[in-house]
Amino acid sequence: MKTKLLSAAVCGSTLLLALTACSTSTGTDSAAGGSLTGSGTGAECVIDSAVPIAASFSLTGAAAQYGEGQKNALELAVKNLNEVGGVTYELTVEDDATDPKQAIQVFDTFISAGASVIIGPTLSNTAKQTDPIAQDAGVPVLGVSNTAAGITDIGDYIFRDSLTEDAVIPQTVKAAVDKLDVKKVVVMYANDDAFTESGYQAFAAALEDQNVEVAETLTFSKADTDFRALLNKAKQSNADAIIVSGLIDAAVPLVTQAREIGIDTPIIGGNGFNSPALITGAGAAAEGVIVGAAWNSASDNDQNVTFIEDFTAAYSSAPDQFAAQSYAGMQIIDEAVRSGCSGERDGIQAGLGTITDVPTVLGNVTLNENRDAEHDALVQIVEDGQFVILK
Amino acid sequence: MQLFLDGIFLGSIYALFAIGFTLVFGILDRLNLAHAAVFTAGALVGIEIVTRFSVPIWLLIPIVLIIGAVIGILIERIAFRPLAGRHDAHFAGLISSIAFGAIILSLLQALYGADTRRFPADAFPSTRVEIFGATVSLLQVIILIISVSLMVVLTWLVAKSKLGRGMRTIAENPHAAAVLGLNVGRISSITFALSSALGAVAGVLFTLNVNAASLGIGHAVELKALAVIIVGGMGSLPGALVGGLILGLAEVLAVNYIGSSWRDMVAFGLLFLILILRPQGLFGARKTREV
Repeated sequence: MKTKLLSAAVCGSTLLLALTACSTSTGTDSAAGGSLTGSGTGAECVIDSAVPIAASFSLTGAAAQYGEGQKNALELAVKNLNEVGGVTYELTVEDDATDPKQAIQVFDTFISAGASVIIGPTLSNTAKQTDPIAQDAGVPVLGVSNTAAGITDIGDYIFRDSLTEDAVIPQTVKAAVDKLDVKKVVVMYANDDAFTESGYQAFAAALEDQNVEVAETLTFSKADTDFRALLNKAKQSNADAIIVSGLIDAAVPLVTQAREIGIDTPIIGGNGFNSPALITGAGAAAEGVIVGAAWNSASDNDQNVTFIEDFTAAYSSAPDQFAAQSYAGMQIIDEAVRSGCSGERDGIQAGLGTITDVPTVLGNVTLNENRDAEHDALVQIVEDGQFVILK
Repeated sequence: MQLFLDGIFLGSIYALFAIGFTLVFGILDRLNLAHAAVFTAGALVGIEIVTRFSVPIWLLIPIVLIIGAVIGILIERIAFRPLAGRHDAHFAGLISSIAFGAIILSLLQALYGADTRRFPADAFPSTRVEIFGATVSLLQVIILIISVSLMVVLTWLVAKSKLGRGMRTIAENPHAAAVLGLNVGRISSITFALSSALGAVAGVLFTLNVNAASLGIGHAVELKALAVIIVGGMGSLPGALVGGLILGLAEVLAVNYIGSSWRDMVAFGLLFLILILRPQGLFGARKTREV
């Protein structure tokens, strides 16, 4: 009886499903009247009607902490661009509730309301569901935070200004080799998650390019929280650094435990480590952790300094990378609209195809032939409880 | 040596969780699958108490024991007692406890969100000690001490006290116990309270040990604990202790000598092996129930 009960228990407990939050969606209204084709080009471009821009961000649900900053930055960008004159933008922002099902409804609404371009959604997971709809309808999409592989392969209307792991990681590894003289590493990654797996592939390729010896490759599960056994194994190999491709949920306990068992070599993380939660969660243990990033508040390009001041004044909080990428997204769309002086869907799609070295808050951005972003990544290190640029 | 110690520390937490699990199973013949949710609740509520009221850890443990006990009594009253008279009470209780666990988790999500939370960095001094050439943190030693002392107290309670005798009588034959004038309902409640109190404290210790708590932590441990109580022998408290330590050691050794991806496979493989060799578990008695 007990054994039967137990097998029932094991089966039963695997049936436990997490309850997902749900939320409401509201309609949009955007004026799709008048002509969206203007005269002149670039700074001289004048379009009579307002160009309808739509954005779908996660304002509630698990990714809400990112979506809020994205929305604020986008509104700030539209306000600033509308003051320039010549072209005005009319922005609609909707909440996808971190739920692909709701995001699909939001995209459908945007498309039927006549949006010229859609910005978002916040998560790559959601983008994989929504972007094909926009592609089929011939509406250009600009992702401003999607970093997973394959997003822009959905079609020729899908673009992004967010650097992928493949773009950031080689720069991170090169900086570690140049500045810290790393010759031998241990690599650890979560092998049951697509994002961390692709991060690992990028690390492996970059390490090979830089002729760094990999002493040991250790895998863990994304649900793991106790890394002591793995870290003890890593410690025995006397490597110059430990490289980790994992999500933030694993990053904090991993870093804490590494320092606890006396590993004081640098720990180099992928994009999953690029979160203030690393510093708040791991405290002093986070010191010396190195993370590549698309943006850092300390980067000194003029546009960026102004953006941080404006944003902080408007919202009483400092922008994060998601906000910066969202702001840059609007700058890129403005460039695309003005290049052909057209706010039509196909005009913007053609314009986005020609983005080369456009100055933005992220630095000079190019959208390459795969419609992916190219710009200099920053390599940061945690010092005195904050991310600073690795010198 | 380091490996051995790491395995012992990990195993002692599994054991603490499993002992609560097996207590209800051994005495009341009920499998309480809300136990994992109690573990998670102990961790998250504990974090909230420490963050909000700056309660020191030594004071947190008794507070969490009480919170766990209250949840245990609720589980018994709401998920198990109404089903007591049914002929399929075993299976119905299993399902209703899964449902109750899901409700607890939803409440926790509503209260604290789905983010990973942790104790404040200064909640516990990060003192480190050298033992036989291995480094362990003071925290791990404390965890081991708390786990073992709770287990010893509980084992004594079941073996020697009047309450324990009542429990054992009920385990043997609930109807006879009622005829003898034992308050079966009250003893069931106390059993659940003890079991859940241990589960909740295990949650706090586990979170302190790894510096992370999320809604899913209970679930991973629950499957391991089921393995532990089978290895140790159903309803056997010493069995749960030894089973927990064996599983902890097996995991650590598997990571080190076989490969990290094989860890769970080794742990559950061990379970099958023991079941084949000793179907009643290491400390289980054939056909008679032992508490």
